[in-house]
Amino acid sequence: MKVEYLSDEEYQKLGLTSGIEIHQQIKTDKKLFCRCPVILHKDNNFDAVVVRHMRPTLSELGEYDGTALMEFKTKKEVVYQLYHDCVCTYEMDDTPPFLINQDAVDIAIAIAMLLGCTQIDEIFITRKQYLDGSIPTGFQRTCIVGIDGEIRCKGKPIHIRQLGLEEDACREVSDIGHRITYKADRLGMPLIEVVTERDMVTPREVQDVAEQIGTCIKAAGLAHRGSGSVRQDVNVSINGSTRVEIKGVPRVGLIGPLVHYEALRQKHLLEIRDELKSRGVTKENLKFWTLDVTEMMDELGSGVIIEHLDVGPGNRIVAMGLGKFGGLLRKELQPDKTFGYEISQRIMVIACLDGEPNIMWDDGAKRTGDINNEPWERLFTALEASSDDAVILVWGNKADVKTAVEETRLRLEDAIDGVPNETRQAKPDGTTGFERILPGPDRMYPDTDLPPFAIPIERFERIERSAGPNPFNAFERFRDMGIPDNSIKQMMRNGRWLLFDRIIGELDVDPQFVAEVLSERLRWLERAGFDVSGILDDQIFELLRAFGDGKLSRESVPLAMRDSLALDDPIEDVLKRYEMKDGHDASLGDLVATAVADGKHILNALPEEKAFNALMGEVMRNSPVRLEPREVAEVLRTALSKVDEPT
Amino acid sequence: MTEIVSNNLLKGYRGLAKDVLTGLGARVWADVEVKTTKGDYVGLILPRSETADDQHMVLKLRTGYNIGVNVNTITEIKEVGYKEAHYKIPEKEFPRDPNKPNITLLGTGGTIASRLDYRTGAVIPAFSPGELYGAVPELADVCNLETIKLFGIFSEDMSPLQWTTLAKGIGEQIKKGVDGIVIGHGTDTMHHTSAILSYMVQKPPVPIILVGSQRSSDRPSSDAALNLINATRSAAYGDIAEVLVCMFGPTSDQYCLLHRGTRVRKMHSSYRSTFRTLSDSPVGRVSPTEYVVLKEHVNRRRKDREVIIDPAFEEKVSIVYYYPNMKPDIIESLVDNGYKGIVIAGTGLGHVNKPLYEPIRVACNKGVHVFMTVQTLWGYVQMFVYETGRELMQRGIVPAANMLPEAAYMKLCWVLGHTLERGKVIEMMLTPIADEITEREPHDGYLVMQGGLPEVQKMLQHLAK
Repeated sequence: MKVEYLSDEEYQKLGLTSGIEIHQQIKTDKKLFCRCPVILHKDNNFDAVVVRHMRPTLSELGEYDGTALMEFKTKKEVVYQLYHDCVCTYEMDDTPPFLINQDAVDIAIAIAMLLGCTQIDEIFITRKQYLDGSIPTGFQRTCIVGIDGEIRCKGKPIHIRQLGLEEDACREVSDIGHRITYKADRLGMPLIEVVTERDMVTPREVQDVAEQIGTCIKAAGLAHRGSGSVRQDVNVSINGSTRVEIKGVPRVGLIGPLVHYEALRQKHLLEIRDELKSRGVTKENLKFWTLDVTEMMDELGSGVIIEHLDVGPGNRIVAMGLGKFGGLLRKELQPDKTFGYEISQRIMVIACLDGEPNIMWDDGAKRTGDINNEPWERLFTALEASSDDAVILVWGNKADVKTAVEETRLRLEDAIDGVPNETRQAKPDGTTGFERILPGPDRMYPDTDLPPFAIPIERFERIERSAGPNPFNAFERFRDMGIPDNSIKQMMRNGRWLLFDRIIGELDVDPQFVAEVLSERLRWLERAGFDVSGILDDQIFELLRAFGDGKLSRESVPLAMRDSLALDDPIEDVLKRYEMKDGHDASLGDLVATAVADGKHILNALPEEKAFNALMGEVMRNSPVRLEPREVAEVLRTALSKVDEPT
Repeated sequence: MTEIVSNNLLKGYRGLAKDVLTGLGARVWADVEVKTTKGDYVGLILPRSETADDQHMVLKLRTGYNIGVNVNTITEIKEVGYKEAHYKIPEKEFPRDPNKPNITLLGTGGTIASRLDYRTGAVIPAFSPGELYGAVPELADVCNLETIKLFGIFSEDMSPLQWTTLAKGIGEQIKKGVDGIVIGHGTDTMHHTSAILSYMVQKPPVPIILVGSQRSSDRPSSDAALNLINATRSAAYGDIAEVLVCMFGPTSDQYCLLHRGTRVRKMHSSYRSTFRTLSDSPVGRVSPTEYVVLKEHVNRRRKDREVIIDPAFEEKVSIVYYYPNMKPDIIESLVDNGYKGIVIAGTGLGHVNKPLYEPIRVACNKGVHVFMTVQTLWGYVQMFVYETGRELMQRGIVPAANMLPEAAYMKLCWVLGHTLERGKVIEMMLTPIADEITEREPHDGYLVMQGGLPEVQKMLQHLAK
């Protein structure tokens, strides 16, 4: 994705700070609070459906949490699709939880140790409210197993606030109007959640940290791989804004763009805030008024609008006047996304008016749609709006339009404050859309269904003893050796980072080359169709030992690996084949000989100099590694001189 | 459950934990920085459950999570603030509308609606009309509500005192002129209470609706609000003036079923749709938008204020759930302990083994009233089909038709509260008051569908049940 990032200094000037939450499915046979197997269905052949609604509960102050209220306003019918083999009555909230899966607890503790967290002696299951329906109970069961960890990323310490263990939510199938549908298979699978402090200050840094943590968790061998097994939430704020959380980022590569665009969105919202301030608009004197124009459409001469609106029987069309918002709805907050779009999004999510478009507007300077002047002018007149104002049209059933009007007013009030406290959904192009109002800390409360449980010291010791090398430390250590991030990530993904450490410890070879063999060269073999798991660590070790002893050339190492895989040859035979001869390595000789044999027609067809260059190119292209042209030329010249000799 | 905040500085802490925390000068509700040999923590010290161990201190972290800190590792606790929780439920006045029916909600305990204290997780029951209005504002669209808390106990602790109090309370409310009565009740023994009230309160002119919830109302997915709305609607507008249980129909949020008090039973330990009418079909279906009477013969609502309140009760009655190889001493000990009535839940059509013949004969001879019901729950007792049945009847046991064991138990308690004369007892037991015995079992009275069958699977894919 092409994103024009700002310089680090510019982000610093904005006051960008960001933290991440990484959710990773961990490797257990069964779910966290029931004994269902962990199965994800690709098909849509669900076995049953259950329908529920979510009601907000009141906090001790007798107030609804902001998110709770919003979700209640949407009055969604929630449909769950159940699969016989992996959803039981627990997931559907018809059976109390079973005791927590202790394998999952062990894994979470192990990861907390790797992150250098302070361990928790007694674990309490907590309920975290979610009213979007993604969890049928209305809350997620979650617990903290470690706090206050730290990793290093490019020399900078990044603090880990906590490591949580929690149940995963349903997968959304569709969200249409007042009906949201979820697949329940993923519900209840154990996840760990790594939460960093807001230590990151550039989009690149956030992405690096996310990538490093995600890679290391997988490298520890305790997590599921594959798409969807890891999801990130990113929170972003700049000077003068409030914290905005971007939920469910599916790929790490999207994090940089998302943070960048969110920082800019906040900057633009603050510009709107400042502009409103200079126009003297405050929450107290905000002028916001409406006019039901359903019966007036003909008289307004706005047949064109009607065509656009698709107004069904019984539906209403309401015009809203936005005092002194002239010229502001068109302001671009994200690429191709205006402030008007932001209002449209909020209406879509909360009022469930999901037509496209769901509003039309004219802010005096610009308007949506291709509607001509006249009807808008009449609308302005009917509303008694001036050219300093803006007008929004919204349509739909009466109740939803009422919600839409209320939400528009709330969004305008938010604009006066600057950046609303909200969760946003990541879009594939790096922009975001409104998801919900950010929930307060009040949504956490202890789970009364399950007792707390202590982790005895012996258990910590057992987990520590069985833990392997620490990938979090290794990542930064490899970086310090000058290994590029890409190679480290590949070694961590393919599991050879442990071999890398062993080779570096026992052999006198260039670490950079070792890393190259264990990352790019293995990738090269993989792309050539080989199952590289077939080549054992010990075999690679022997090849690199031979390389260290000067018996194999750089170029021969990957070819030897290929032969070992392709021909299933014993490593001694492979070594013999590629052993250096006459100061050159055999593999180069082979490549040249092949090129010459295959290139007879070139030799015949082209003048000598051109034919030589063509064969040079052929050899270079066919080599798995970058060759030294001077050396290739020498060997090729020798080979050609032999061809030229009369037989 | 509401936790009462006391002045106790270390509420719930005992033994080692109490000693250590006292030594460090700590107290609950203190906002603290804790140093331990393993690391540092910042948070609020919470009271500890008295059933928890004495090795840990409970801390609410800034993020809202609770954790336990091993007291053996604590080296220092520094108090930086103090935030005691105050339990207060703000009330909003329940609006009165002279055009709406008047409903009285009788509370027995259990939580109908509640609010949650997020800091401690304590659930605070909402009961007064103002509190209920705050939790379930839809109630104000249904009726004018008055609430009376008769007692506050768990449903398993219900006893004759509560049942008779309830019956008398219902009588008073009817005399007072209410349009319907709702009884908030824990679900575990709701069907016992609905059965005894069916005998103690006869021919009521208005609906008497028992309601509860399977998921506590502090959870967003609770069935409490919908049950309560549907129960008050049934009491306020419903045309069935009987003792009914109003609880979730399917597990999906769709509608509640109205079950006759004597034919209903809790059938699942945790499902929302746990209440079922057995050997018959429910009398009605109610949702926020509909009220449908499903049976032809029901007692209709009346304008008069006539009602028979008959709160008789004999406590020395037992229920014996028969199992193979049961020994005679089970029956003998009941007789020896002065029991006046025994309801047996027998196998199949109503059977027990031969070793019980003699103690049953002795019991009947001594004037103990022994009735047979079936542990299959569905179906009738029929003691002529097999020799065993005839032998048992010869010894004095009386088949109780298709009375549910709990409904028969409650009825025998009630009957023996009136008379001990054998003929009279049998006559009263076998004369149905509220369909505790029905003359016929309809063909759809036993619909327990089995999963896994293709036709059932197909239905479940489309119908949210």
